Amino acid sequence: MDQIIIQTLHGLVNGMVLAMVASGLTLIFGIMDIVNFAHGDLLMLGAFVGATVLGMTGSYWLALVAAAIVIAILGALLQVTTLRPLIGRDPLTTILATFGVSLVIQKYALWQWGPSVRNISEPVRGDFNLFHLQYPWYRIVTAVVAGLILTGLWLFLKYGKYGIWIRATTQDRVMAQAMGIPVPLVYTAVFAIGSAMAAASGVLFGPFAGVTQTMGFDFTVRAFVVVVVGGLGNLGGSILASIFISLLESYAAILVSPAQAVIVSFVVLVLTMLFRPTGLFVPTPR
Amino acid sequence: MTALAAALPRPRATGYWTAFAIVVAVLVLAPTLLPPFWQRFVTEILIWGLLAMSSDILIGYTGMVSFGHSAFFGLGMYGAAAALLTVKPPSLPLALLYGLIGAGVVAVFVAFFATRLRDIYFGISTLVFSQIFYVIIFTWTEVTGGENGLTFRQPQLSILGLWSTSFTPTTFHWFVLAVVVGSYLVVRRITQSPFGMVLQSIRENEPRTRAIGYHVERYKIVAVMLSGLFAGLAGVLYAIQNKFAAPDFVFFVVSGEVVIFNVMGGMGTLVGPFAGAAFFLLLREGLSRYMPEYYLIPVGIIFIIMIIFLPQGLLGFLRRRLNS
Repeated sequence: MDQIIIQTLHGLVNGMVLAMVASGLTLIFGIMDIVNFAHGDLLMLGAFVGATVLGMTGSYWLALVAAAIVIAILGALLQVTTLRPLIGRDPLTTILATFGVSLVIQKYALWQWGPSVRNISEPVRGDFNLFHLQYPWYRIVTAVVAGLILTGLWLFLKYGKYGIWIRATTQDRVMAQAMGIPVPLVYTAVFAIGSAMAAASGVLFGPFAGVTQTMGFDFTVRAFVVVVVGGLGNLGGSILASIFISLLESYAAILVSPAQAVIVSFVVLVLTMLFRPTGLFVPTPR
Repeated sequence: MTALAAALPRPRATGYWTAFAIVVAVLVLAPTLLPPFWQRFVTEILIWGLLAMSSDILIGYTGMVSFGHSAFFGLGMYGAAAALLTVKPPSLPLALLYGLIGAGVVAVFVAFFATRLRDIYFGISTLVFSQIFYVIIFTWTEVTGGENGLTFRQPQLSILGLWSTSFTPTTFHWFVLAVVVGSYLVVRRITQSPFGMVLQSIRENEPRTRAIGYHVERYKIVAVMLSGLFAGLAGVLYAIQNKFAAPDFVFFVVSGEVVIFNVMGGMGTLVGPFAGAAFFLLLREGLSRYMPEYYLIPVGIIFIIMIIFLPQGLLGFLRRRLNS
């Protein structure tokens, strides 16, 4: 029973962070039809930038913001240099290009920060008692911060002027262009926002398990799973799906080792793709 | 379709076969001329090229990109390991058989589920399947040796039990070359057969192929299985060369490299993947002298530049000729 409560909490907290990762991925997919293989690596790079800034200034929140800004700029540069020339080509080529980017980023991180695990110290100390169990506060804080960022993104997309531009471009890029929306600029901005989301979730995730240069791929795969289960390009669906999948993985971790618990989410993914390819958390298309 | 093909003047293929004979002759002579290091290098190119060519059946001819070829390759390795560890004395035909069975079983499984999906969904599902097998192999230590993998002795090269000898690097190279050339000719024949034409028409226009009346799913399943079997064959060869099977070879990195080989060399040419493998491995060899850990940074940048400016790959300009 204790374990179930703890795992439920773990699942919810991980789910919120994963939702942030996935929201960046799904935003990029929704607007540009590209699956960004480098997403997890941008997350990893963001976590490293965060760890470095934290080491220099000692402020976790400053590290969070700095990482998001640095990676957003990098994302914009990447989009302009590697993805913009590929617009209009076979979607496969863009996927391969992001795959190339992921290789470069990963090895760059190895070169810059070495193979050892970096720790990001938790921003909030102390535990609280839940019934008679100890649970660290920072995990709760992390989930809340992730929730706030996601709410901010949602509000921005729903009501912000540029958010409406983004949604318009997602719906119909030709029409959006005809209405005077600078579509290429929107693409770059969305890629930058997605990268910033990845970087911020990297810093948020940092205190959980440390930062290594190989962590990116794992996150890319998990974000894929979530995004497909939630319905590609569907923000709300991705958030629900990440919580759903993280909870499932947490419960599975009671029975098998965490490494094997991943298989549960893969099985969910395959079942979803076979029986509800549009995603679990979207209305049935007619 | 056959009537149409007969009506069109067939491009002359003598140039192709001359070039083919020259390349094979050079590869036969290679181990006798090269120093041991490069000899082994050429053998490796052939094995990785075979793996990449198996993936080309899907990427280049059917239009399905597999990001999970490491599963077939790895299961080929572990299948060979199973045969070499359980049967005494180690036997080459059994290693091949077990490896192909291992890869084939995985291929059936992947083909059954993944072929129902299209485009990027197919790619993601193959990636996820390969990760499932990776996790199983990595954590099932009692059987697969876990992280350390399995080591075993090399089998003897025997022909029908009449005559047998230990592999030397040179004879192993010839053995690999024979397998690779045989596989190439078989795959080339398949891609030019009516079956291969249906695959190519799926690549060009899937709904229309379906509308003509072909059972597209069945063709895709067979294509994935064929591709998986040849990938497994490459895995067996690699296992025999290195005398071990390790979970690293089931990991995504191998699948990614296979796609890189295809893109660099030229998709839909069957020879391109070999050229891509050679180009990639040479780049790695050249660069890793200066930066052993970070050679992937320049390689990745070259890869991106090639995608943007040379999307057909190194041999893409020969595509029409190579398929005639």
